[in-house]
Amino acid sequence: MSKFDHLRGVPGSRNRLAAQVWEGAKVGAPAAEIPELDEVGVPVELRATIEHHMSLYPDYRSAALPALRAAQHLHGWLSDEAILQVAAVMRVTPAYLESVASFYDMLELEPVGRHAIYVCTNLSCQLRGAHDVVEAFSGATGAPVNGSSADGQFYLRSFECLGACDTAPMASIEGHYRGPLTKEDATTVADHLRAGGAPDEVLPEKRFVGDYGRRIDE
Amino acid sequence: MSDRGILFTHIDEPGLQRLDVYERLGGYRGLRKALTAMSQDEVLKELEASGLRGRGGAGFSMGKKASFLPHGGIEKYLCCNADESEPGTFKDRELMHKHPHQLVEGVLIGAFAAGASHAFIYIRGEYEEEANILDAAVSEAYERGYAGENILGSGFSCSLVVHRGAGAYICGEETALLDSLEGKRGNPRLKPPFPANQGLYNGPTLINNVETLSNTPHIIVNGADWFRSFGTEKSPGTKIVSVSGNVKRPGNYEIELGIPARDIIYGLAGGPHPGRRVKAWFPGGSSSPVLTEEHLDLPFDFESMQQAGSMLGTASIIVVDENVPIVEVALRLAEFYRHESCGKCVPCREGTNWTVKMLERIDAGDATPMDLDVMASVQANIIGNCLCVLGDSMAMPVGSMIKRFRPEFEAHMERARIAAGALTEELHVPLPSEVA
Repeated sequence: MSKFDHLRGVPGSRNRLAAQVWEGAKVGAPAAEIPELDEVGVPVELRATIEHHMSLYPDYRSAALPALRAAQHLHGWLSDEAILQVAAVMRVTPAYLESVASFYDMLELEPVGRHAIYVCTNLSCQLRGAHDVVEAFSGATGAPVNGSSADGQFYLRSFECLGACDTAPMASIEGHYRGPLTKEDATTVADHLRAGGAPDEVLPEKRFVGDYGRRIDE
Repeated sequence: MSDRGILFTHIDEPGLQRLDVYERLGGYRGLRKALTAMSQDEVLKELEASGLRGRGGAGFSMGKKASFLPHGGIEKYLCCNADESEPGTFKDRELMHKHPHQLVEGVLIGAFAAGASHAFIYIRGEYEEEANILDAAVSEAYERGYAGENILGSGFSCSLVVHRGAGAYICGEETALLDSLEGKRGNPRLKPPFPANQGLYNGPTLINNVETLSNTPHIIVNGADWFRSFGTEKSPGTKIVSVSGNVKRPGNYEIELGIPARDIIYGLAGGPHPGRRVKAWFPGGSSSPVLTEEHLDLPFDFESMQQAGSMLGTASIIVVDENVPIVEVALRLAEFYRHESCGKCVPCREGTNWTVKMLERIDAGDATPMDLDVMASVQANIIGNCLCVLGDSMAMPVGSMIKRFRPEFEAHMERARIAAGALTEELHVPLPSEVA
């Protein structure tokens, strides 16, 4: 066990120095300085989205999360380039944005697979077999749990409570909640997404007790 | 299920997500009444008289909380806490998914009562579908003049923004929510000052849960006395209970507080699978100390749960049946809280981490019975020693499991030690539970 291994439990701790994060930055801009808009090519739509969010709040910095989410949506993850673009539009430092991004589970500071699958493995789902489901997803997608598949198609997370314990065991397929899941459903989902299917079209949508007629699973 | 409901009355009505359907069922009458026929003080008094208690876990009087905000021209804010992340809790998701306008109306009534000019719904990032539904509802409300400038010609103006989080349990803690909404890492703040005095952007802020605010339109329309006709004297109104885990029919049920817990777990949710018994149950989400079979006949309300050594919390019941090892439950919860600890306070950051390590040790056959006492003392040293209650939220249930299931912990430990070769059968001293 390495000396700082215990820090792995601390959210946001990445076991590396900020300098290393910026090693690969091509622009060469220091993380503590606000980049100039004309030096960073910001896609027009991304800029418009971020500026729209900034206009919604009494303090524009409140737009940090929506802006980072928009950038991640566009780039697939929060690369140094993506963070620089947000920083340039929001007039904040890249260091500030990375400090924010590293706190939140849904913001990715490493490249990840294209289709994000979050399998809930918290208590209520675990009691109903979430462990088997997450393993099945790992087998079907080729992605290790909490990692991405070699083909770059899938990103599989063992996620904390997603707030859908009524459909346990469940997963969020690119933001669309599906459950109760069986091990076979993992293959269905993986095949569907691999074939280019829309994430909201896989598996029938079963949600809330009223929708599935007070299911009794003996 | 109770025949009488408040929040779930129309919940399965087709098209309820649309404003015209909601209006047809009497929607936005509460907002209209509050803004055009009542003063801010009258609305506050009505809410306080109704006895509505916060549904996010703490159970504090909603009207009282709103009355703490200073009056006058100072810029004030309302935040609706829709960051529902407590394991086992999924009531707000159903309310937002099916009944978004009820919440929008409730938020605006709450904003009027507090005199807030900006209202935010902070929804957890994972609820993408629900956030989109709320966005649509908010734009409809703006179009109809229920939100924005000079609402319904009353002179009251309030903006309403749906703000998406990005995955952090701690952001459901009210001061962490404020930091997150300000665009920062979601670290909790020191209290006092309380948000009512110094909250969002350092202005006075009212923070309420989705279910709490969803109740306000009904109170304004029907009056405080009507609301008090539901539930008990100290916990009036209905409560949405989320039941999950080892039960036949997991789901959300609207009940009147005070009915026996058995009626919820066995009556509504169908109880555990045939032939199995309830081993432990969490009455208020994963943060509440566990109760056992002997507590099933207690009335399910704030006071009784507290007397039994637990709490009502979010009223989310997680049922664990006798086939599940309690060490597994404790470990899963401890891992969750370790993951979600923001790391600001040492007792929580280190305490959650060490608890996980000790539980792993027990499971690996690497622990001695003394470790149980050490672990219990770690829990005792977390409680009350941090800025927020995240650490307590692990310490209370884990502490209660050690207390209530000590023989099982010891037996688990001994079996694991024998399996790991750390203890031979001959050296194994029979445990009290084995002697009996």
